[in-house]
Amino acid sequence: MQLRTLWQKLAAPIDPPLMTMSLILLGFALLVVSSASAERLGAQFFNMLIALLVMRVTAQISPQKLMYFALPVFVGGLLLLVAVALFGDVSKGARRWLNLGFMRIQPSEIMKIAMPLMLAWYFQRHETYLRLREYVVAALILLLPVGLIAKQPDLGTAILVLAAGFYVIFLAGLSWKVLAGLVVSAVAMAPLAWSMMRDYQKSRILTLLDPEADPLGKGFHIIQSTIAIGSGGILGKGWGQGTQAQLEFIPERHTDFIFAVLSEEFGLIGSTLLLILYALLIGRGMMIAANAPTLFTRLLAGSITLIFFTYAFVNMGMVSGILPVVGIPLPFVSYGGTSLTTLFLGIGILMSIHKHRMLVQK
Amino acid sequence: MKFVHSPLLSQPLPAWRARLLLLGLLTGFLTLVGWSLYLQGFNSSFLQEKGASRYSRVIEVSATRGRIMDRHGDVLAVSTPVKSIWAIPEDAKLQPAQARSLAAMLEMDARDLTRKLNSEREFVFLKRQIAPPVAEKIAALNLPGIHEQREYRRYYPAAEMLAHMLGFTGAEDVGQEGIELAFQDTLAGKPGSRRVIKDRRGQIVEDVESIKPPQEGKDVVLALDAKIQYLAFANLRQALADNKAKAGGIVVLDAKTGEVLALVNLPTYNPNNRVRLAGAQLRNRALTDTFEPGSTMKPFTAALALEKGKYRFDTMIQTAPGTLTIGNATIHDAHMHGLLTVAQVIQKSSNVGAAKMALSIPPEEMWRMFDSLGFGTPLKLGFPGEVGGRLRPAKSWHPIEQATMAYGHGISVTLIQLAHAYLAFAREGDLLPLSLTKVDTPPLLGKPVFSAQTAHEVRAMLELAVLPGGTAPKAQVPGYRVAGKTGTAHKLDGGSYANKYVASFVGFAPASDPRLIVAVMIDEPSAGIYYGGDVAAPVFSRVMGGSLRALGIAPDATANLQVAKDTTAAIRESM
Repeated sequence: MQLRTLWQKLAAPIDPPLMTMSLILLGFALLVVSSASAERLGAQFFNMLIALLVMRVTAQISPQKLMYFALPVFVGGLLLLVAVALFGDVSKGARRWLNLGFMRIQPSEIMKIAMPLMLAWYFQRHETYLRLREYVVAALILLLPVGLIAKQPDLGTAILVLAAGFYVIFLAGLSWKVLAGLVVSAVAMAPLAWSMMRDYQKSRILTLLDPEADPLGKGFHIIQSTIAIGSGGILGKGWGQGTQAQLEFIPERHTDFIFAVLSEEFGLIGSTLLLILYALLIGRGMMIAANAPTLFTRLLAGSITLIFFTYAFVNMGMVSGILPVVGIPLPFVSYGGTSLTTLFLGIGILMSIHKHRMLVQK
Repeated sequence: MKFVHSPLLSQPLPAWRARLLLLGLLTGFLTLVGWSLYLQGFNSSFLQEKGASRYSRVIEVSATRGRIMDRHGDVLAVSTPVKSIWAIPEDAKLQPAQARSLAAMLEMDARDLTRKLNSEREFVFLKRQIAPPVAEKIAALNLPGIHEQREYRRYYPAAEMLAHMLGFTGAEDVGQEGIELAFQDTLAGKPGSRRVIKDRRGQIVEDVESIKPPQEGKDVVLALDAKIQYLAFANLRQALADNKAKAGGIVVLDAKTGEVLALVNLPTYNPNNRVRLAGAQLRNRALTDTFEPGSTMKPFTAALALEKGKYRFDTMIQTAPGTLTIGNATIHDAHMHGLLTVAQVIQKSSNVGAAKMALSIPPEEMWRMFDSLGFGTPLKLGFPGEVGGRLRPAKSWHPIEQATMAYGHGISVTLIQLAHAYLAFAREGDLLPLSLTKVDTPPLLGKPVFSAQTAHEVRAMLELAVLPGGTAPKAQVPGYRVAGKTGTAHKLDGGSYANKYVASFVGFAPASDPRLIVAVMIDEPSAGIYYGGDVAAPVFSRVMGGSLRALGIAPDATANLQVAKDTTAAIRESM
């Protein structure tokens, strides 16, 4: 009886549908990681346990408490980003990491959650009088960290943070006129953005348009991963049997390009199953957002859910050759503890919002 | 709960916004599903093919080149496995200490190595053909991006001793010279092929199937006897040093089988290290260089004269006054001999005597004899650059030319042709084709050139030549009866005879039942003496003696036969 009580306490804040989907995804992930890089299986399993722990703890925290965290977490994150820009470690031509002496952290990762938290909190505060001024302030809150991250440069994270913030602003009711204006100006700004891009970023886009132009150099990643995906066919080559994956033709096969490994070995069945799992997870997230009691929770849940979608879409798109290559991992599947922890922090927040949807506790 | 806003107060998402959102999500998912379907459903066979082309490779499996061995099975050329060290510069991120130790093992400059490892290429050879033990040590370092590849290196244990005979192979293991070229097809074998799976680094990760097994090269067993070859090599080298000669050659033949037991040319080279090679070193003179043989041709003239029945062994020929004028040219003898028998003409090497015999024979018949002895046409042993020498058609011969050809001028031969032609005297007047490879069942009779009686009579004359009173007592071999003939020829230099000589000696032993033919040629001896009897005959004696003993051939000299002492004066032969 004691045990059952303990289990009930432990499971109390958990949302069973989200939990089920996440666990299936994680199981799938373990399968693929063990094929792509067997020696990292143990490490990834450990990463998953940490992430689940983070989720469980977060799920316990009520949305009001989350609101208290919003501003300090955001400001702290922003300061860390500034610190990275000033003192960060340079690796592979990018300044992304901050060495705290006892550990190295990547502050841009914090922003993936801190940004929607901050903006949702901001809109919540000004809910009653949302005017253009509030949107402008929100845009500034958004663009400052995005700019710092893009400057590192870390285009993938910058895009995710930008998307997270944009989703909040969009859900908060940004006027469709402004929205249309943004789209138009974005198109108009494209040439300018092009001229400001770094050479490697430009070449990634050019490579996307014509990977065969430089098949051994910049087109290599896309060509190899496209071939891997396609050669999987309907049923796939079988677990651990993917020739392109096992022979190291797929670059970054355990991290950003793991979708190619999955697709090659599990075929169309496997990639469709993955898409269905994502769809269910996102659907559940949207339900939670729709049922959220406050603007803050609704915006936060909506933004987090949409970020999951963005993650998956951008990664799969780049690996299968329809989007330029940016460093975004496949959510829940790619090897790596940081992004996994961030994702489960999001899941935890969703669970918390769902758990605390009633104004009066039962 | 402290929520200040009730869900009723908070504005729900406007419907169009929600729809737009759903539409966006749906579009995104459908795009991904559609694209996956396109790649994996419709395009998969094309992409599978492209995938396979990235890992499936048909590689050539090289056949090991056959060995070359002498008649006793001593290995003269062998392919030894060596390793080549190569790197993928992108993967080869070495610590400075690692790079230093690698450079030391490869015996390379550390800066050179760094430059190669920093190259932009995907693949770079660091060093080719290193000894397997060194490669093992390098492998033990377990350096990233450094790989090894098995290759073969041709190794010639006898080094310069057999350089011209064996030749060598080029970079792709293809014979370039000598036996390596002549027997390329036999030695090379046929490469096979295998289908393998290679990873991105080009490492073979799986051997799928054998398409065609390699056909290993066959060994070639030469007629050559390494011991005799060494004897010839060592004695020729000594003779060249003693006589300050420019070049030289020795050919040793087995009279019973036509096998080439030794073939030496100097100067030579080390086939294992061909970094600096001069053309002069490379020339296989015994086959590619012709010279005017001089008096070594006289026995053929005598033999033809005997064959025609105009002369007998003891027919007297007047050689006085030691000159013979034909048209406006005069032939000289070194000494005035007066009345000589045919045998004495050979023994004392009289030009006048030989010329008189020749002039009694129609030019066509003399030409036919030369031709059937193999002069004027290459022997076709398969060696590169083999030549036939100069033998002009009989129709164009002037009497003076026929007369000088009788004693070996106005005609040119290679040393191996000369040695080969002497087979007729060493045998029963017949010629066997020469063989570079071991002959197990020699034909009993070759192509007849002279009658057996003629051969015996000339053999007797040639025995006289090495006895006291002949031109080459120094060619004698203790315990054996030797038959042979000296040759000393002025060298043609730009159309006229210069004060340069070619000294030669061709002979065989034991004279009672000839087994070996040894031909010695020494080009431009310039230490004062240049007569074949002084320069070439002693070399012949040592090589012949050593070879006979090495083969265990029973001595045939009677006990009372005097061995020539150094004091025995040789008769100067005519040039």
